[in-house]
Amino acid sequence: MVDEELRIGVFVCDCGLNIAGSVDTEEVRRFAEGLPDVVVAVRNRYTCADPGQEEIKKNIEEYKLNRVVVASCTPLLHEKTFRDCISEAGLNPYLLEMANIREQCSWVHLHDREAATQKAKDAVKMAIARARYMSPEEEIKIPVTDKAMVIGGGIAGIQAALDLADAGHQVYLVEKQPSIGGIMAQLDKTFPTMDCSI
Amino acid sequence: MTDVGRHPRIELMTLSEVEEVSGYIGNFKVKVRKKARYVNAKECTACDKCAEVCPVVLPDEFQQGFSSRKAAYIPFPQAVPAAYLIDMEHCLGNNPIACSKCLDACDKQCIDLNMEDEIVELEVGTIIVATGMEIYDPTPLDEYGYTRFENVVTNIEFERLICGSGPTDGNLVRPSDHQTPKRIGFIQCVGSRTDNRGNPYCSNVCCMATVKDSLLIKEHHPDAEVYVFYMDIRAFGKGFEDLFRRSKEEGVHYIRGMPGEITEDPTTKNLRLKVENTTAGRVEEYELDMVVLALGLEPKQDLRHLSSLLNLSHTSDGFVMEAHPKLRPVDAPTPGIFFAGCVEAPKDIKDSVTQAGAAASRSSIILNAGTITGEALKAVIDLDKCTYCGVCAKVCPYGAITVDVKGKTEARVVAAACAGCGTCAAECRFDAITMQHFSDEQIMAQIDAALEEEPEKKIISFLCNWCSYAGGDLAGVSRLQYPANNRFIRTMCSGRVDEKFILHAFEKGAPIVLLSGCHIGDCHYIDANQWTKRRAEKLWSRMEKLGIRPERLQLEWISSAEGARFARIMRNLEEMRQKVTPEEIEHTKKALARYRMSKKSAKEPDEPAEETAAETAQP
Repeated sequence: MVDEELRIGVFVCDCGLNIAGSVDTEEVRRFAEGLPDVVVAVRNRYTCADPGQEEIKKNIEEYKLNRVVVASCTPLLHEKTFRDCISEAGLNPYLLEMANIREQCSWVHLHDREAATQKAKDAVKMAIARARYMSPEEEIKIPVTDKAMVIGGGIAGIQAALDLADAGHQVYLVEKQPSIGGIMAQLDKTFPTMDCSI
Repeated sequence: MTDVGRHPRIELMTLSEVEEVSGYIGNFKVKVRKKARYVNAKECTACDKCAEVCPVVLPDEFQQGFSSRKAAYIPFPQAVPAAYLIDMEHCLGNNPIACSKCLDACDKQCIDLNMEDEIVELEVGTIIVATGMEIYDPTPLDEYGYTRFENVVTNIEFERLICGSGPTDGNLVRPSDHQTPKRIGFIQCVGSRTDNRGNPYCSNVCCMATVKDSLLIKEHHPDAEVYVFYMDIRAFGKGFEDLFRRSKEEGVHYIRGMPGEITEDPTTKNLRLKVENTTAGRVEEYELDMVVLALGLEPKQDLRHLSSLLNLSHTSDGFVMEAHPKLRPVDAPTPGIFFAGCVEAPKDIKDSVTQAGAAASRSSIILNAGTITGEALKAVIDLDKCTYCGVCAKVCPYGAITVDVKGKTEARVVAAACAGCGTCAAECRFDAITMQHFSDEQIMAQIDAALEEEPEKKIISFLCNWCSYAGGDLAGVSRLQYPANNRFIRTMCSGRVDEKFILHAFEKGAPIVLLSGCHIGDCHYIDANQWTKRRAEKLWSRMEKLGIRPERLQLEWISSAEGARFARIMRNLEEMRQKVTPEEIEHTKKALARYRMSKKSAKEPDEPAEETAAETAQP
């Protein structure tokens, strides 16, 4: 654990009715507020929307937060959004943790509000527990080879290769057959121009 | 097509196949086999002299076998590169007694029958997969008689028969007698939208292809009668409905009903079919001169092989799976790889071109950036704890760790090559490896928090980020309901799940623990989940020795496309949980506490510690 005093902010998202429809988000917020190291817990209608993100930034500043937990949708969707958000407020992006209370909670327990709320509370508690041990991390920069490979020389591969090459990139177009053209080359006139496909 | 051949920045590699792919976004290394063409494509002027003298006559694949080609040939007149090649499988060889006629005929001496395959290694920043699709083979649908009746043709065969550069110079004739067919029928959805003998999905292009073909026939032969037998005509795209209307106005008959069977008149070779016209509500019989089967599209047979090279996964229809079906439709889940065209799903030319543009643009974003930031999810070695045992280097799927076991030099991680799966950290029994952002402390804290209250009612599930966690998300997006007592812990890879996490969960009173990752062969970290499997197997036998039912640790592979499977597994786990008694849980807690203590003392000097999965197994 890091030496500085933990100051965790928790942001519970209603996601309109997507979460609030089957999870008592206010109860989750109240529960989070009562957990150790949590200095503020806020409920938002849409945390990912601008007002929701502004709220996070405002609280980071006001409460000097050094960890942020967002209880909303899957991190696969919005982890980047919230990492960018806390970065803008001066926090290292790796001090964010998300609790998935939508895809893996409200949406899969639509008819059991009590159990869904309990699960959301546990998810928030687990996220806070993890957040306590998070530390700022530095991302490494990796150089990119400015070349692309297109596998397949049908209409899609041809177009992709031309676009990339026209944009200034070196392209390797790899085709299994002796000629490019793919299935398209076998077609007679094509819709809507009714001209030759080649 | 010719633009590709001429473009200064495109290196066209035909007769070429990808054999190996390594590396990561921005820095892929690809091994490509360039098969021998036996003709120097740069020198060949496509003069046709080699083909003129070639004695080997073969069916012309491009013309669907309606005409012939030689063993020295060009696939079609507008081929790019505009160069001939030798079909070595059928070539008689370069022994002068056998043949070698083409060698003599070629003025420019550009034929080399001893040419060999060439392997080239290329470095690229991004890869676009545009390998297309395959056309459904109607042979199993024997009722349509494709293999038995000459005048039953596929829509691709029809395209060649009506094409100006086709085998009949665009004169539409039927195969049996080379006469112009007067009555032509199209059967839609052949191999599509069916639960047996074919594919369940709509192939997207066949309706409009038939509508277009019907108009082509009417253009060539206004008097021809054209019948289209269909379930639904799906004319959903821009301008599609107009074209469909025009076809009907031109007198094409659209009959809602699928013929059960086609029979042939042996004398005339005409085709008879009986169909229930569901609009008119009666059974009708037709005699036609030619029937065209509107075949559906399916994934390429060899797609699986390429997918395993590129770590791609597939949706249930067999086409490749996108990073997100709505928001990232041209991105592969593996960063730096993109999709264009029918490899992703059946689509028409316009959609393929659109998607190709999108894939090129997404790819350009990375190439233009010059550098990319790698997520800070790397393995970090604690040099004080490292005993140079070499296990981490052995399990690393990327070869990103070097350790000199004999020279007793501590392990080193090449950060750019480390993908962050965490297998090394899970296998290191000296706790000398910390995974950034997925540390032992973080995961242990999550387990503790989840099991703080009423642990006996809960199930702990470790889900890998790419497949199982995404599968769980898909269950949510699909609103599939399952019991609410599962607590999920996300790791980047199932390979990260240390046995101590699992044993800790049991010791804290968890009745059931699930360990879940990508299917074997689909692992996002090459083959890291092989170690997951080994570890689970070792744990099962250890649990057995400790008197803990091994079934309480479940190992399941769930892909990101398997939302329904995810929900089903959650329901099964709850059934299993109900069978775990409080006494059993108490017994486990005590057994594991004892085991932990004994392990501690076993770590005293000169005492052989227990082997990890990596030390006893080779994946």
